[in-house]
Amino acid sequence: MFPPTEGERRLQRLISQVTGQKGGRRRGTTATRACRLFLFARGSVGRHTPLFKLHQELGARIVDFGGWDMPVQYSSQIGEHHAVRRAAGVFDVSHMCVVDLRGARVRALLQQLLANDVAKLGTPGKALYSCMLNERGGVIDDTIVYYLSDSWFRAVVNAGTRDKDLAWIRRHAQACAVEVTERTDLAMLAIQGPEGRAKAVQLLTAADAGTALALPTFVGREVGGWFVARTGYTGEDGFEIMMPAADAVPAWRKLNSLGVASCGLGARDTLRLEAGMNLYGNDMDESTQPFESGLGWTVAMEPHERAFIGREALAAIARAGSPRKLVGLLLEDRGVLRSHQRVLIPGGGEGEITSGTFSPTLERSIAFARVPAGSGDAVQVDIRGKLLNARVVKPPFVRFGQSLIRLSKGPS
Amino acid sequence: MSNVPADLKYNKSHEWVRTLADGTLEVGITDHAQHALGDLVFVEVPEAGRVLKAGEPCAVVESVKAASDVYAPLAGEVTAGNPRLSDEPEIVNTDPYGEGWLMRMRPAPGALTGAALLSAADYQKVLEAEGG
Repeated sequence: MFPPTEGERRLQRLISQVTGQKGGRRRGTTATRACRLFLFARGSVGRHTPLFKLHQELGARIVDFGGWDMPVQYSSQIGEHHAVRRAAGVFDVSHMCVVDLRGARVRALLQQLLANDVAKLGTPGKALYSCMLNERGGVIDDTIVYYLSDSWFRAVVNAGTRDKDLAWIRRHAQACAVEVTERTDLAMLAIQGPEGRAKAVQLLTAADAGTALALPTFVGREVGGWFVARTGYTGEDGFEIMMPAADAVPAWRKLNSLGVASCGLGARDTLRLEAGMNLYGNDMDESTQPFESGLGWTVAMEPHERAFIGREALAAIARAGSPRKLVGLLLEDRGVLRSHQRVLIPGGGEGEITSGTFSPTLERSIAFARVPAGSGDAVQVDIRGKLLNARVVKPPFVRFGQSLIRLSKGPS
Repeated sequence: MSNVPADLKYNKSHEWVRTLADGTLEVGITDHAQHALGDLVFVEVPEAGRVLKAGEPCAVVESVKAASDVYAPLAGEVTAGNPRLSDEPEIVNTDPYGEGWLMRMRPAPGALTGAALLSAADYQKVLEAEGG
């Protein structure tokens, strides 16, 4: 095992100390929830993906992420971000939990477990993004499920929620006689960016490369012994590839030799936020429901006879109208929006930032915030006691390398 | 290895202090600290005239991923915040001991002699003890 060095631990302490996580001695700066995920030292050795030693060899800064020792950055987080927007980058996402669900009644199980409806999946390989809810409509996790056959679906769930997700799925799978298998034998690489697919297929034979390049958006299939899917979490084109653990290191090295940049979880976070994609634990959790998390589009209330878990709670909320909504924010003044900062609505009312960062593409600070449903377009954010102006904008902020937000005035 | 210039004083929270010709002090964060924080995107420096206690948070440096306080290494009055940093926060990364200084201050009477600042050699030992 390779525990973090004392230096890394000290750095984590330094940063958690200066970000005010221990509370305490003064008007502290407000650390983001993402920071907390990145920077909290657990004091024990985390789990390692098959690429862990390679990350160390490549000089990555390793931090705890949901119980895993993961690379947060290799050289420059901003450089890695731009590599994905402009060319191609590769991420180790092997910490995510891949679960195979097999059985004749697997579709019925998923129609019960997921707020989105797998009946939408008509073609093998097609993927669906969905929330898994509790009876109160709170979000247990978000997931992508791939329809592989009528008796086989594959779900990818978050690393930090792995244990509760597996317990929840298994509890309901029994009644449907569906077999639940965690695929710890697989590594997962995300190759993202405008050049991502062209680079990634150079890992394959010529015939397999043609098959992979022909994959439509949000579809995956087995190619040359790997599962290749045209999915991602960056707002760029690309693949996510599940492969036997032993293949991961040679694949990564080959990608590096082709000019694909090694990218850490830091860049992954700024890319997904620019792309308008939620992060579980920041933007939604069991205390929030999809309609106040920007995820109403993932809830299939029709057909009304489909009795998914959380349906009754959501139907009641839909009838009454969700009291809160998730919006995008663009900071008009100088500073950096961070999760948990207070959002003030003109004329009364308050909200809270759920994810915030500096956007390397826009060179401005952006965020998601949960605010009262009736809030207008101009708000203020309390950053260390100062009220700064922010504008409500519709995510995504960036898609396929291009800003989708009008930057009417520069930060003053 | 981090760069630790021999002619500066340091404290354990990774600030450096330079004594200028007129007896005022220049303060910044160390190479080790800027490296630990990563790409800086926003820096807030104190205004001239602000009176600081030793250990008081007086500036904020924000990287993409985190906001971090900078502490006054000793008591005194701020004479200037670095005006360049509002437009070019990245110079704290590229030149932490030069153009990337954060503030200048006039130490309170006796503050400099009373402050438990570290020599470069002692700060280097702190870094080595941290494994950095």
